[in-house]
Amino acid sequence: MSGNSVEPMPLEQALSPPMANGELLFEAPWQGRVFAIARILCEQGLYHWDDFRKALIRRIDDWDQNQQRDEPYAYYDHFLAALTDLLEDKALFDLSELTSRDALLNQRPHGHDH
Amino acid sequence: MSNHEHEHQQPPQAIRAEALESLLIEKGLLTPDAIDEVIIRYGERVGPLNGARLVAKAWCDPVFRQQLLEDGTSAVADFNFEGGQVEKLVVVANTEQIHNVVVCTLCSCYPWAVLGLPPKWYKDPAYRSRIVREPRVLLAEMGLALAPDIEIRVWDSSAEIRYMVLPLQPGESVGEDEAQLVERVTRDSMIGVAVL
Repeated sequence: MSGNSVEPMPLEQALSPPMANGELLFEAPWQGRVFAIARILCEQGLYHWDDFRKALIRRIDDWDQNQQRDEPYAYYDHFLAALTDLLEDKALFDLSELTSRDALLNQRPHGHDH
Repeated sequence: MSNHEHEHQQPPQAIRAEALESLLIEKGLLTPDAIDEVIIRYGERVGPLNGARLVAKAWCDPVFRQQLLEDGTSAVADFNFEGGQVEKLVVVANTEQIHNVVVCTLCSCYPWAVLGLPPKWYKDPAYRSRIVREPRVLLAEMGLALAPDIEIRVWDSSAEIRYMVLPLQPGESVGEDEAQLVERVTRDSMIGVAVL
């Protein structure tokens, strides 16, 4: 990734109300849901946002230290991993529960996942 | 739930996210409606329009401008913006000699309540490191070529302090009312990667 991926905003866009500035907030629905989960649990007082921030910094720092150069940076992968770390740390569940649920969802026949 | 795609294979992260959500719902910590509500809140009500209102008001009202620059947190409190993360908001003003730009070098700290959620590039390692190391080069690549005599100040956000840039008012907009000015203010100008 390089700074070249950053596109300047076209001038004509400057006149429209800058709500999302034409960008998708989330690139996939799961990213929005994970973001929302992290906010809700924080708003419920299960942790302070700074706890989450620290978990996120750890995950990002890990990636920075051990990055595979051909692997694109995926912010929400780190976000999800950080949230999982934090919830485990707060003993809200353990990783085995999550991995077995993962496996269960993976077994769904295609097209029957609702 | 609308996050299921009828694709042959979902990415593992999507499955993991769904697993997490379903476990938390079973444990009574979440409801699907609450998740939808937060997504709508950040998608529709929390965004850079809030910051644009502050900027337009600061351009029109010198007293407010001074309050905003001296104590951003309390100047913003009256607006009752949703979104949190403005516990301490510091607004830095561009001048003819100084250009300000905001980053979070460690993760993605950002003044949500006034700018919404950060754009993808703000969270990327390239921006986080290069804007500190070579701000003039990176800004030029992003379409903002600053004259060599303009000083660039880079502000690193933290858990405690979130920064927002007060851009210079475009000369041709002098005399417009606040509502017209709001429309001129872009998110990128309030991060400091663009000027108006």
